[in-house]
Amino acid sequence: MSDISLSVNGRQVRATVEDRTLLVHFLREHQGLTGTHVGCDTSQCGACVVHVDGKAVKSCSMLAAQASGSTVVTIEGIANGADLHPVQAAFKEHHGLQCGFCTPGMIMTATDMISRHPEGLDEATVRAELEGNICRCTGYHNIVKAILAASQAMSKASKPKAKKAA
Amino acid sequence: MYSVNYHRANSVADAAKLLKTGDAKLLSGGMTLIPAMKTRLAAPSDLVDVSRIAALKGVKVSGKTVTIGAATTHFEVSTDAKLQKACPALAELASMIGDPAVRHRGTIGGSIANNDPAADYPAAMVALGATIVTNKREIAADKFFKGLFETVLKDGEVVTSVSFTAPAKAAYQKFRNPASRYAIVGVFVAKGKATGKDDVRVAVTGAGDSGVFRAKTIEAALAKSFDPAVVAGAKVSADSLMTDMHASADYRANLISVMAKRAVAAANG
Repeated sequence: MSDISLSVNGRQVRATVEDRTLLVHFLREHQGLTGTHVGCDTSQCGACVVHVDGKAVKSCSMLAAQASGSTVVTIEGIANGADLHPVQAAFKEHHGLQCGFCTPGMIMTATDMISRHPEGLDEATVRAELEGNICRCTGYHNIVKAILAASQAMSKASKPKAKKAA
Repeated sequence: MYSVNYHRANSVADAAKLLKTGDAKLLSGGMTLIPAMKTRLAAPSDLVDVSRIAALKGVKVSGKTVTIGAATTHFEVSTDAKLQKACPALAELASMIGDPAVRHRGTIGGSIANNDPAADYPAAMVALGATIVTNKREIAADKFFKGLFETVLKDGEVVTSVSFTAPAKAAYQKFRNPASRYAIVGVFVAKGKATGKDDVRVAVTGAGDSGVFRAKTIEAALAKSFDPAVVAGAKVSADSLMTDMHASADYRANLISVMAKRAVAAANG
């Protein structure tokens, strides 16, 4: 057993877990944060993506013990109260989901992608960056649209004076 | 996953000591080991996590010498500004491994120590004539990789860094398996200084039935003229190449030529 201590969505959490506990199971079963999904369980589908120390990772391929001392953000931690995060809002606006199972991972991957590309995104980059996230419903078109829209909305929000571009 | 004991090493010496516990294995990014443990293909008694050892992290470029700490992630290698200048081909190779989430965790030391026959880094290490540094010795990349998932590493040995002299020109090209996205064939071409017998080195991953190897016929042709056109004349034998459901040995032999040609063209920019 390991004693672990980490920040989850801004809250400091301490727990004693079996060493083999995967981060995704810790989040879902110990923390009750079931927004992070287990899709393939073979680290290919990306439904389990969360941010660890600011970087998107697959929480099904990491032990909870490895995350001890880290800062973890899940899909439950990105909205500002009742206001959706701009990426969540864009997925809603552009119908970037059907069944919704892959959506938490898609959104966590998208927020990481947008923050790594402050210069902006194009369709080819978004599609290449989505390599590790699988969606079996949408055919990706609306997911790509949503991410591009969110990227634009977020760059405008960070530069409020450039309003005329809209 | 079977039960396991997790240990976090604070230093390389600490890791070497912890490795003596039971049937312990080193854990770096865990992008291969954790999935292998989940499917019970691997079942170590203990895991020794080296990914937070500061001495194992980072890229250093001093003159033409590049040193990369073993626990440096693919993401860090792909985005390092100094490396992008000194050896852009290696930074680009790192950006082609797995997907963004995998690149945030997976490390260069983990990749080469695992020596997956379809991994990208082994080709770069061999083509660049890199030196693999461990807590015990320095090993030439030509001698380091041994067969499938096998290296010359001994029990208790920890890869600490890799280093190489930046080539004058280099490029990596891979033909991906459309499903797994691993290399069916990946070719790293490096051209060193203007003279010297190892001036051009061409290393192939994904194709050999005992892992990474040098395509000597292509090297010989390119040593005379570093031009994509000469690659077609240098036949690669299909004799010791892999055949599997994705590609036959003959198909891979042809792909090696094609990827080598593209790599030389890319290296010549």
